[in-house]
Amino acid sequence: MIVRQISVFLENRQGTLAKALSVLHDNGVNLRAMTVADTADFGIMRIVVNEPEKVEKILQAADYAVKITPVLALKVEDAPGELMNKVQELADGGISVEYVYAFATADPDGARVVFKVDKLEQAYKILIGKNIVNSDDSNENYW
Amino acid sequence: MYWNEPIETMGRAQMEELQTTRLRETVKRVYQQVPFYRSKMQAQGLLPEDIVRLEDIQKLPFIIKQDMRDNYPYGLFAVPLSEIVRIHASSGTTGKPTVVGYTKRDLGIWAEVMARAYSYSGATKKSCIQIAYGYGLFTGGLGAHYGAELLGASVIPISTGNTARQIMLMKDFGTTVLACTPSYALFIAETIVEMGMDLSEFSLKAGIFGAEPWSDNMRREIETRLGIKALDIYGLSEIIGPGVACDCLCQNGLHISEDHFYPEIINPVTGEVMPEGEKGELVITTITKEGMPLVRYRTHDLTMLNRDVCDCGRTLIRMGKILGRSDDMLIIRGVNVFPSQVESVLLSIGNTSPHYQLIVEREDNLDILTVMVEVNEEMFSDEVRGLEELEHKIKAALSSVLQISAKVRLVNPKSLERSEGKAKRVIDNRKI
Repeated sequence: MIVRQISVFLENRQGTLAKALSVLHDNGVNLRAMTVADTADFGIMRIVVNEPEKVEKILQAADYAVKITPVLALKVEDAPGELMNKVQELADGGISVEYVYAFATADPDGARVVFKVDKLEQAYKILIGKNIVNSDDSNENYW
Repeated sequence: MYWNEPIETMGRAQMEELQTTRLRETVKRVYQQVPFYRSKMQAQGLLPEDIVRLEDIQKLPFIIKQDMRDNYPYGLFAVPLSEIVRIHASSGTTGKPTVVGYTKRDLGIWAEVMARAYSYSGATKKSCIQIAYGYGLFTGGLGAHYGAELLGASVIPISTGNTARQIMLMKDFGTTVLACTPSYALFIAETIVEMGMDLSEFSLKAGIFGAEPWSDNMRREIETRLGIKALDIYGLSEIIGPGVACDCLCQNGLHISEDHFYPEIINPVTGEVMPEGEKGELVITTITKEGMPLVRYRTHDLTMLNRDVCDCGRTLIRMGKILGRSDDMLIIRGVNVFPSQVESVLLSIGNTSPHYQLIVEREDNLDILTVMVEVNEEMFSDEVRGLEELEHKIKAALSSVLQISAKVRLVNPKSLERSEGKAKRVIDNRKI
């Protein structure tokens, strides 16, 4: 499925991540997924939440630079080759992957993997065509 | 030892007579030759004949740096371009530099005042002068160069950079006088220690340091570390370049070559001339320049004047060390930097100018400029690469406009200090 991921600019200073997380906590936001990309000077926190538009406003009100980016979120079965096959399908379809991060869920059968790709709609169509994405994925509570 | 004894020891009355004659000629010339001055004077109902005595200069309007930009490039020249033999320029706000032009005679005057400055330090034709100011459009290098040649000294035109080589040649060539920025002089001193060399291997006696403000503490540090006399030299490209004024060995104020540059101190707010000895903004009128005479140029440098005869015997008026600026200009590694230049760079990159702050620090005696830029939603990219490209783009544009390199740091929105809602543009942490 396609989810609306929130990206937040963070300075690379002690305490900035804790502060951003406390803003989310104070507003009762539960994180479904999260990763932080970093350089020497700054980081980008990427999160998946239930109500991205609402969380975007919360973060903006707390003076963060925020961007909503649509990304692919796929369920990956807990078996060898599962992730490789999906990435191969995207590559074969001429899709470039910008970044990837994975995280566990309560589902014992598999993990979730987030893909930021250059041609999102095209990637989504390829995955539906190959039955990699199914109707089950469109359920909000799945996350 | 004097370079030009009649001028350097001229009595006050005689000097004022000379200045009056030269001022009247200058005013007459700019009125006739430069439309900018003519229209400014006409707007005030002034004719050149209204300037009779020296005090009459106060009737004349000021000229400011913006007027030079408005008349870019040659609008303020008082002679045809065929008479101009040299053009210098300093960095400008929107990429357009401030341009100055010199006639052959102007270059002669410049060399003369620079030669005086060297002689104040005790330098003679027997001296070996190493010039570690930048050569090029910047007036520092060539200005210091021709003055040293006129003095008859042996000149080493090494320009800036490559400190290890500077030091090797300084030792091998027997340099006696070093001309560079005071921060570079300290850097050289430290490098000498790092290279494991001893001061006894050098012949250095004096340094002529300028192009940036420095304190008496820094002077003492340079003098101790290099075992020399450190003299402050003042100048600005708009007026002529280095050599407008320079310390003598008494180090009790910089002698202004007032036979060429007539100084006034004004209240920067009201524009009124202040009584002698009071602190205010230095205003200079070039009373001999042909190429681009400036009448009542506001330097924005804060200082005070002293007409007492100096212990060295010179009667030339002295100005105190520069105490600061009456505007927001910064001098970083000898280069003039205005916060508005940074703003213009940021505007040229995004559609809106983000909040920014300039942080100036001195590390290992070299000035470091860091530009902090608040990331706004327009600039923010979800990808690291996108933000790094933005940083790089700002850095490249800054170095091309400012002529010095700057570090760029992206910071959170609204994280930069604001005082009373107004952005605080500059934090200068240099202890000079």
